[in-house]
Amino acid sequence: MEINAAKRKIPSRIEGYGETSGKLYEGAFARAPSGYRAGPRMRAAVPNGKSKVTGSIKEAVIASGLKSGMTVSFHHHLRNGDFVVNEVIRACAELGIGGLTIFPTALFDVHKAIIPCIQSGVVAKIMGSVNGAIGKLVSEGKLDTPVVLRGHGGRPRAVMSGDARIDVAFIAAPTADRAGNISGRTGKSACGSIGYAFTDAEYADVVVAVTDNLRSFPISPVSIPGVYVDLVAVTDSIGDPAGIVSGTTRVTRDPLRLLIASHASKLIEASPYFTDGISFQTGAGGIPLAVTAFMKEAMKRRGITGSFGLGGITGYFVDLMREGLVRKLMDVQSFDLEAVNSISADPNHIEISADWYANPWNRGAAVNMLDIAVLGATEVDVDFNANVNTEADGALLHGIGGHQDAAAGAKLTIIAQPLLRGRVPCVVERAHTVTTPGEVVDALVTEFGVTINPRRRDLLDAVADFAISKQTPLVPMDELAARAREMSGPMEPIRVTDRIVAVAEWRDGTVIDVVRQIER
Amino acid sequence: MLYLPGNNPNMLLRGHLFGPDGLVIDLEDAVSASEKDAARVLTREALRRGGFGRCEVTVRINGLDTGFWRDDVAAAVSCGVSGIRAPKVESPRTVLDLDEEISEAEEKYGVTRGSTKIFCLLESARGVWRAYDIATASPRVTAILPGGEDLAADLRAGRSKEGTELEWIRRMLIVAARAAGVDALDTVFPRVADDDGLRRETAFVKQLGFDGKSVIHPNQIPVIHEIYAPTEKEIETARRIVEAASAAAARGLGAVSLDGRMIDAPVIRGAEYTLARAGLSAEKV
Repeated sequence: MEINAAKRKIPSRIEGYGETSGKLYEGAFARAPSGYRAGPRMRAAVPNGKSKVTGSIKEAVIASGLKSGMTVSFHHHLRNGDFVVNEVIRACAELGIGGLTIFPTALFDVHKAIIPCIQSGVVAKIMGSVNGAIGKLVSEGKLDTPVVLRGHGGRPRAVMSGDARIDVAFIAAPTADRAGNISGRTGKSACGSIGYAFTDAEYADVVVAVTDNLRSFPISPVSIPGVYVDLVAVTDSIGDPAGIVSGTTRVTRDPLRLLIASHASKLIEASPYFTDGISFQTGAGGIPLAVTAFMKEAMKRRGITGSFGLGGITGYFVDLMREGLVRKLMDVQSFDLEAVNSISADPNHIEISADWYANPWNRGAAVNMLDIAVLGATEVDVDFNANVNTEADGALLHGIGGHQDAAAGAKLTIIAQPLLRGRVPCVVERAHTVTTPGEVVDALVTEFGVTINPRRRDLLDAVADFAISKQTPLVPMDELAARAREMSGPMEPIRVTDRIVAVAEWRDGTVIDVVRQIER
Repeated sequence: MLYLPGNNPNMLLRGHLFGPDGLVIDLEDAVSASEKDAARVLTREALRRGGFGRCEVTVRINGLDTGFWRDDVAAAVSCGVSGIRAPKVESPRTVLDLDEEISEAEEKYGVTRGSTKIFCLLESARGVWRAYDIATASPRVTAILPGGEDLAADLRAGRSKEGTELEWIRRMLIVAARAAGVDALDTVFPRVADDDGLRRETAFVKQLGFDGKSVIHPNQIPVIHEIYAPTEKEIETARRIVEAASAAAARGLGAVSLDGRMIDAPVIRGAEYTLARAGLSAEKV
């Protein structure tokens, strides 16, 4: 057992994951790459060769050469409307393929359909976020090998460095042609950006596009060119549009969320970054979106415009761009119909890959250009460590998403959340899981005010006057933690066994924390 | 002044964070009959715990025609609240009865005698008609407020979007309040999602002379503050008036003119009030 730089106890060997010595978290920017990228097997297609198009997912699985024990990858752009993961796993089960490692960019509730395949051994290992029913299954120790949690930047880094190998990538393709060119912008299952799929297409040994909208060659625009794609599986439907894109995103009217958002927006306005050319990632959650709405007012009032909005893009950001308040959108995931329509029509709305978005081991991801990141968390501890992975009961709930990357990249990283959810305190002495270290978290904003990481003396100085002038109190962390304790009363500690059910990697591939099995 | 349901611990703990000038912990309409006792206990615990920031804290008790009001008064006064908001006040007699009960409670719990104010809700035609008598029935009365739904029903008018049915009543209450030397505070705006309607109504009551407005939803607070906040121009004028007056006083002059306008005591008081609302004290100008 060793202690890493986030002060977490990590065993030197984790069954089903491997040795951790030399792989312990050392600090947010401590580890740098060396050597060369890994690469996929080379392959050639000849003129007038065999058609890439297959009639069904099952035929594509056969043609791909997928065998038991291999790793298959998926992207999550179809979100809770996705049919592809379930269909591929079902086809594997029918073909007697088992012991698979699945390597999705994220899983959603809709994927609980694969639970029987996890129980029967068709799926033996998951590398990627788990939540809902699958999260519960994993948390209770029903998977033999621990889940590996990586963020949006850590995942392409793992693939490019050879830490994670993909045998077959199944890429849900809202539009494709017979040469395997892919786009997410059109088709009945349109999802806009397909940024999470790029690295898989480039690095998997075999790439299968799964489409319900085969168009004549060539389609345009192309997101992923057919030079990476081996097979095109044509199926009736790759997803349910209702689960793929959400309706119009509206700013919350919940007074508590608005209050927190207003405090966060005032902190941003008081910070040195609130100048022309400001860039931000605020996501689609209730509080972050409301922060954007308050920032919009402040930007208008102060006459400043932003350079770009980053990350998952909603219609709200599209409106900001149309009103001239940000110049560009860098979109790794389009959340709603407005965003999907905008990325198809507006050249200032740029589709970016997860590598471009967040990978720490390339020549400079977009997060490095960020001024402001507004994020959530289930817990923040007194050292400003944030937990986004486990719930109050210790169960795996959320993936890492872009949390680590945006926090590491932005000049001002704000976690905005209520002090308590129901009776459960969100500010604690020690986080159950550390997803993002306090080293890259600059401020916590709750309904009680703004709490600045003492590490950021410069920020404390910059906002020194703002407590009085803007009616947004500055609250020291120990005071906030004491208030949370007082309001919630004593909490029963989470009881866990020694068995590790998930390993959370920092974006550079080191182990930042482990999640242990909940004691029943 | 933000109404907080007395049976909602979440709001009792957080209400002050939304930045209202005052909190009205409601034991009356927001609490069903079966929960009256529980709400009173919870309210008392919350009041004892304190931590309401800079908010003035009052409690809306149950009507004097119910069996709850004496316990409500005891709970509120024992915790040293600023005031009691009394519903459905129809006569000076009601005020006197309440005054007496409060006095006993102040004595019993060691609270400074006379420190607990009374806010009278006038929710019937009879109450409104006797507004001046009610406002002057006890030195504890610090404000009178028109009712909303109950008053409209009593008038057999129903509630309109424009508030036509309450227009004359608001004008009358201003006259009564000013004659009696108490504040006039307006009733709540019930349509919580209609910010434009709230803005229109608040601008109207401010113009009539109302000193403030009650709210039932935290989102309404910034809208009201925005309208009640003096403009930069108003603050600047007020600052110049106060400066001119203090300069005149230093030279031993009673009255002085500024920009061709006579500056006398009421104008100075108005200017000081404007500065106070802007969070600036006259001394610091």
